[in-house]
Amino acid sequence: MHGVRDDLRLDGRGCEDYRHMEIETDVVSNTDGSAKISLGHTDVLVGIKAEIGKPKPMVPNEGYLEFFVDCSANATPEFEGRGGEELGVELSNTLYKVFNNRHSVDLRSLCICPGENCWVLYVDVLLLQCDGNLFDAISIAIKAALFNTRIPKVHISEDEEGVKEIELSDDPYDCMRLNVENVPCIVTLCKIGQRYVVDATLQEKACSVASLLISVTHKGMVTCVRKMGGGSLDPESIFEMTEAGKRVGKALHAPLIELLQKEESLGKKRQKVGFLG
Amino acid sequence: MAGLELLSDQGYRLDGRKASELRKVQARMSVFAQADGSAYLEQGNTKALAVVYGPHETRGSRSKSLHDRAVINCQYSMATFSTAERKRRPHGDRKSSEMSLHLKQTFEAAVLTELYPRSQIDIYVKILQADGGNYSACVNAATLALVDAGIPMRDYVCACTAGFVEDTPLADLCHAEESGGGTSLALALLPRSGNIALLQMDARLHQDHLDPLIEAAMTACKGLSKVLDGVVRQHLEEVSVLTRD
Repeated sequence: MHGVRDDLRLDGRGCEDYRHMEIETDVVSNTDGSAKISLGHTDVLVGIKAEIGKPKPMVPNEGYLEFFVDCSANATPEFEGRGGEELGVELSNTLYKVFNNRHSVDLRSLCICPGENCWVLYVDVLLLQCDGNLFDAISIAIKAALFNTRIPKVHISEDEEGVKEIELSDDPYDCMRLNVENVPCIVTLCKIGQRYVVDATLQEKACSVASLLISVTHKGMVTCVRKMGGGSLDPESIFEMTEAGKRVGKALHAPLIELLQKEESLGKKRQKVGFLG
Repeated sequence: MAGLELLSDQGYRLDGRKASELRKVQARMSVFAQADGSAYLEQGNTKALAVVYGPHETRGSRSKSLHDRAVINCQYSMATFSTAERKRRPHGDRKSSEMSLHLKQTFEAAVLTELYPRSQIDIYVKILQADGGNYSACVNAATLALVDAGIPMRDYVCACTAGFVEDTPLADLCHAEESGGGTSLALALLPRSGNIALLQMDARLHQDHLDPLIEAAMTACKGLSKVLDGVVRQHLEEVSVLTRD
């Protein structure tokens, strides 16, 4: 705690430094898009499956995303059986708020037939190891997985009686990609003493009073702010933390997109490592 | 049988393997630093992740602990994106509970539980991608995870599935072959002694065909045990090189 005052943490990082991050996409072949991220000792695997469903009645010309967070027993034995459900529900509710709106993802591109059919993206998050900072890791993994998602193109044919038939194109390369420019990344700032730290480990989280969750887009716009934890924060520190969060969040996006594009440009030559590396 | 031919006239299966050929097995131990033991195993397209915690004090009710042995607690779950059709519940359904019981039975036969009375060993297995042979991949991954955790066992536990098509036993079935409606046998073996830890078979089979089928599965398991042994030795080499200086 005292080190944090002087901008030095237990593992030698500064207050606004992230741990070593490794990202890989397309690790699970059954899915339409997937990504695996290791942020220090936090491991998250995200798989996205696209299915055809009915659009919501309020917004007939948009598709939607469904989130499911599975806190697996791999992370800690306390998550066995139904132990991880509470945390999973809390995580997925926050993810709905952050990602499932038309500003983050272009939901209109998921529409097939207004009012009748649309693409539903089932985003499944699997927590394999927990060492703090789950939200950040999950949001980066979701952005990478959305970048990797390939949705097959659809042809709608109408026969004489007016019954619409949907055909998916057989060609595995004939697919639609999503525009992930505006997808935000979540930055969690934990208040320790008088200062705040980014990317807290479990140990640091135990010392912190409260934390602030900010979702930032690549332009530096803040889309969602949430205060988590039991302590209280005074308004000035919230303002400071928001500014710092914007700075850190904005700096996350450009290297991430660059890395994803580099990975994709390797194409078939890339050796898929997954967990074997 | 209508539909796809499981074994062509030239002796090739759906994915181009011969009848007794196993799929490619790749594995890695110590995948996670926080767990006591962990391993990741790929058998063809089936990917399984096993994590071991223990031995530790019995969690929950004290009445579950045994005075002379350790309790082995297993949980089998599948990721929601592991199957071709999205699975709604990762665990808690009947099939997962049945698999967890089978895993518990298998490892109670292999782990030297008498060394840890009144304690508990947790084995959690997760299937990341399911393409047939889920149980076998789980058992093989869990064996490696137990070795990684340093828990003493009688022998490696190797598991494999086998099927029967027109007088030929097939080793290591993939999903299409398993769901084709033919015979499917799952076998867990302790290779050195040749003792069978678990034997399970679905569908009808003529009595005369049972022996060759079990033989084929046992041969496949022995082959797998060599692969697992190689993985363990390689991991040991890597670890000892890192800690030597």
